[in-house]
Formats: sequence, C-alpha cells, structure tokens
Amino acid sequence: MAYGFILDDHTSFSAWRPLARQCFLADRAPEEIEWRCASAETTLFDTPLVAPTPKNGAEPPVLRSKCLALLRSILRHADQTRFALAYRILWRAQTEPALASIATDPDIARALNMHKQVRQDTHKMTAYVRFREHGVAQNGRRSFYAWFEPDHYVLPSVAPFFSKRFVDMDWVILTPKGSLAWNGETCAFSPTPCAKPKLSDDIDQLWQTYYVSTFNPARIKTKAMLSEMPRKYWKNLPETQLIPQMLADAPARVAAMAAQQPRPAPAFHHRLQQRHASAEEAPALVQKTQLGSGT
Amino acid sequence: MQYPTQEHNMNTMKQSLSDRLALLSDAAKYDASCSSSGAGKRDSAATKGLGSVSNGICHAFTPDGRCISLLKILLTNFCIYDCAYCINRSSSNVPRARFTPDEVIWLTLEFYRRNYIEGLFLSSGIIRTSDDTMSQMVRVARELRQTHKFRGYIHLKTIPNASPALLAEAGLYADRLSINVEMPTERGLADYAPQKHAGEIRHSMGEMRTHIDAAKDRTLTGRKAPRFAPGGQSTQMIVGADQATDRDILSSSSSLYTGYKLRRVYYSAFSPIPDASAILPVKAPPLLREHRLYQADWLFRFYGFQFSEITASRPDGMLDLELDPKLAWALANRAMFPIDLNRAPKEMLLRVPGLGVRSVQAIVAARRHRQLRLEDLAKLKVSIRKIKPFLYATGWSPGRLAEQQNLRQLFVPQPQQLALF
Repeated sequence: MAYGFILDDHTSFSAWRPLARQCFLADRAPEEIEWRCASAETTLFDTPLVAPTPKNGAEPPVLRSKCLALLRSILRHADQTRFALAYRILWRAQTEPALASIATDPDIARALNMHKQVRQDTHKMTAYVRFREHGVAQNGRRSFYAWFEPDHYVLPSVAPFFSKRFVDMDWVILTPKGSLAWNGETCAFSPTPCAKPKLSDDIDQLWQTYYVSTFNPARIKTKAMLSEMPRKYWKNLPETQLIPQMLADAPARVAAMAAQQPRPAPAFHHRLQQRHASAEEAPALVQKTQLGSGT
Repeated sequence: MQYPTQEHNMNTMKQSLSDRLALLSDAAKYDASCSSSGAGKRDSAATKGLGSVSNGICHAFTPDGRCISLLKILLTNFCIYDCAYCINRSSSNVPRARFTPDEVIWLTLEFYRRNYIEGLFLSSGIIRTSDDTMSQMVRVARELRQTHKFRGYIHLKTIPNASPALLAEAGLYADRLSINVEMPTERGLADYAPQKHAGEIRHSMGEMRTHIDAAKDRTLTGRKAPRFAPGGQSTQMIVGADQATDRDILSSSSSLYTGYKLRRVYYSAFSPIPDASAILPVKAPPLLREHRLYQADWLFRFYGFQFSEITASRPDGMLDLELDPKLAWALANRAMFPIDLNRAPKEMLLRVPGLGVRSVQAIVAARRHRQLRLEDLAKLKVSIRKIKPFLYATGWSPGRLAEQQNLRQLFVPQPQQLALF
C-alpha cells in the first residue's frame, strides 16, 4: 500500500490543487506520494493507492504568485510526471520561497521547459487552427468547424482567444483532447476525445492561390519555414500539400527570370512619359516668366 | 500549378477573382513587412463583431522562410511610376489587374473567418493621382471598421503626397501606416526611382510621426485625441540593388529610428523579378547579408548597441558574413572581456555573445539567490563553447583562452571541401 492518487489525463490545476494540499497537510514528502495517470500502463508492481489523511492543525502551503503561475502552466503539459514535479516544487518552495526565480535549478529548469512547450502549443493552436464553413446554424448564424491536434491540454486556455475573436459566427474546434464550441454567448469545453471529421471549404482554394503567389521562388529558406511550421502541423493545413511542388518548380522559375531579355515597354508607359514630359515643361515656362517680370 | 506571372491569358479581358488574387498578391510580395503587433490589445467581446489584436500571430510560412500574417495585396498593380526595382513599374510587361474595394473587403473577412490571417496589408500602385489612390484604400479600411465591425489588424501603405485629411482618416482606421524609403541613400533613390524624392518621403514620415505623437497626448481639456495608427509606422529598404554598404544602410536606419520613431525598418534582399529592368543586377538575393542586417537591427533595438559601434571595426563598411555582428563586435573589443557572470551589470551581460535577452533576465534573477557556475548556463540552453572565453564564473576562469590570438578561429565555420563534380 502506498500514498497517492489516480488522475485523469486532463486533470487541470484546479482539480489537482486540493489533492496536493491534502498531501501537504498530511506532511507527506514528494517521495512518499505517487501520482498515477489513469491512462498509464498498469504494471505488476502497482500497489493500491490511498489518499493521505491531513493532520490536525497543520499549516497550509504558501506559494509566491510566480510559482503558482508556473505550476498552473505545467499542469497543462501532457508529460505524465508533471504532477510529481509540481508537488516537488510546491514542497521545496516552502523552504526556498524564491525557487521559481532560479532558472538554473534542475526542477525549475525542467518546469520552465515544460512551460515553454505549453506556451508554444497554445500559440501554434491560435495560428494553425483552420475553420471550414459548414452551413448555417439553427440560430441563423454562419457555422464553422475545425480539427486540430494539440500536444498538450491547452483547450481551456485558448478558449478566450477564439471566443473573443470569432464572435459573430458559431464554431466548434474538435481535437483528440476534447472540444470547444461557441454559440455567440458561451464557450463550452468538453474533455471527451473527438474523431477527425471530414471537412471541406471552397475558400481553401483561394487561400491556396494566395499561398502560392505570395511565395518568392528566388529565396528558398526551408529551414526557417520548418523551424516555425514543423511537419507535424502539415497534415491539417490546407496549404502545406502544395509545398513540394512549389519547391520543385522554383529553380525553373528563377532561371526563366534570369534568361528573360529586356522587352520593350508597353504602350501606356510611353504615353505616361509623354504626359510627364509636357507637365514638366509647363511649370518651367511659368517660372521663366516670373523671373522675367522681376527683372 | 499555375503561377501568376507566366502569362496564361492574363491579359484577356475576363480575369476571375482567383486570377486577380494571384496577380495582386504576387505583385505585393516584395514588401517584407508582415508584423501584426504593436497596436495594443483589443477584441470583439463587446462589439459582437469579428476580430481581435494582441501580439501578432504568424498563420503560415512559405518555403521562402517568410511568414504569412496579413493578407498582403495591392488594390491595383497599374502604376504611373517607373521605379527600376519594382515589378509594377510602368515600363514592365507584367499583366495588370485591379480589385474593387468590395472585393478586398470580402477577401479579408472570409480569410479572417477561416483563421488564415490576422488582418489586411493593403498597398497599391499609383493610379491617376495620389489622393485618388489613397481615398480608395481608406474606403476599404473605413468600411471594414464601420460596416463590418472588423477589429483585426489593418496596415495601410501611405501614398506619397496624399492630402493631410486622407492621412488623418487612414490613421483613424489603420493600426499601422508605412511608406518605403526603398533605397538606403538619396543617390540610390534618384538613380532607381526618378519620380520619387527622398525629401518628400521623409517629409511624409515626419508628418506621420507628428500625428502618432499627437494621438498619444491628451488635449487641453483632458479629452483623448483621435486615434492615429497605434501600431506606429514602419519602412523598408532594398538591400543589394545599389552600391550602398551596410554602414550606409545602418546609418540610414539609425536616423529613421531616432528621427522618425519608426517601429520597424525592414531590409529586403534585392530579389530578381519577372521582366526586370536592364539596369538591375542579375544575381541571387544576398540572403545572408539581409540576415546579418536584421541581427544588427536587433542589437540596436533590444541589446543597447549603437549602429555605429557595430560597423566601427569593419574597414569596408560591410558586416562580417562569417560571424554574427555581436560576436564580431566582441572579438573586435576584446579589452572589455572577460566579465564576471555573477557581478557584471545587465547591460554588459547583454553584450556577451551567446546570451540572449531572456537568458540575461534569467541570470540576473537567479544570481540574486545563488552563485552561478558555468555549467548552470547549460540549463538555460546557452552554448557553453561559445560563451566561455568571455566570462568568469564561480569555478571558471577563461585564463589563456581569453588572450588567445586566434580566438576568431574558434568560431568561424569550418571550411568545407567543394564537391569535385
């Protein structure tokens, strides 16, 4: 028998907080507590877990706001050891209150790395979700669906971004880690995993036209592209399937530009030049007469 | 796949919306500006419309390494100017097209709804007069804001010599305004863009600066001044088309940042264009040079460097292509190093090659509580190899390493044997 809890994968900070507090009030050190994920493989050595009982009159834990924010963030990470790391930081911060400011500490360095990954995942979701129009909702508003595969449990934290941006349309974002749905009033989060739907939208073609035309074949920097838009996002973006062809065609397009001989200018250019020349002569005449009248 | 400038019956009368989108985005892509930040935060929660602005998001990347943040298009690529470097100059044979303001509005909103973009970057060739062109662009911005309650990002290109009233209205709806200086020197501009005048461009920038500053102030009665481009103004210089050195370019940037309070100066490596003018160089764009200029720009904006310091040690006025400008500066100013990781002021830490703004912040916060060792920096993802000649730390002294004559050899990329075939 050991102390600990079995937790759902999408356990958020607010669900974990009372459990951690319970362990702390029972004066259980990080080594004594096992935080087991429900989805983790069961092993032969798994022992049944019991929740520790708080001691009477124990002092509750205290955290600085910076540390609290860090724990809040790393609990969105998909790493199954996040609960243990968070409890260890909570435990250590009681004797080292400035702990979260020491980026060179091994626990904090790891937490900051997880925090960075969560932040990136959140940011990439705001960038790479693509809505596809799907008819009209019952309330007469336009209705959109999107499919996205986040690495971490970031849905609740991106919800405000989408519901404050796409206010005048209904939308649903489906992911393997749950879904978000907006109807103009409320944004509903559900942790139930979704399957990938079949989505299509005619506007995607215009977008592809734009994507191809805004690409400059004379400057190829695929490394820069991949560092910002790693391949894992490609399968759900409407534009990325065009990249191989764009790269394959680029050298020929550049060669064609270099080989092109200067051509005579179009007729309207000459008309413009003539008009310009006559406009330049006119003020010169005026100036001359002014000078003439002065002397 | 069809590309716009391959002239597949583009000159015929009927061009579909898709054809024109291809032409008018192809014509706009030589403008490097893509930023959608700097305008503060706002959203549509209260207005029940569409759109929000925060830190700027890049929604896609093309294989040229540039991001797509805004729908960057021209209203038309007809132009009465004949600037040699420009794909839309009047003497070019590219197919011409134009959008109506309603089409631009429709494209912006539909693209925005699908989360392809952060907003619109609208520019235009100059048709008839400056005011005529500018008023069409302002109409797009006004209808997006007023009729469609659009609160996304809008960047408008300012047309030189447009009337002050139109400029004021543009500033009311746009987040950012910009006008391109195009060439780093006046001489270059005179050679390549005979109808544009450096003086006029600077004058427009000066006016915009006055408007932007005025909008941040309150009036005498304490009321807020009318909104004017809260995201400030930016500009672009073309690199490698004329003979200007990096020193010329950076001193031009310096006066633009300090004199006109620009938010950004973009450096665009001169890129070959279809149907190019005969006076332009036919060569690959100097991408590495462009990259070094951006690094120098960063050193000025975030690291407390002056542009003159960065180019001071370069006899020919060109930045070192082998080493990044910060490392090159540190190697030219060896007397200032090594410095003490645990005691040096933040300003000096920012000048150590290999330390970024974030790692300096982390070091300053951590060293209040602990003595830092060189190994600790590995936790901050800092390259120990690069940094160790420049620092003392607890348990580390660079000793002879800092005195070494050929320190540069430690950093330059190793020569590679060329392929025989």
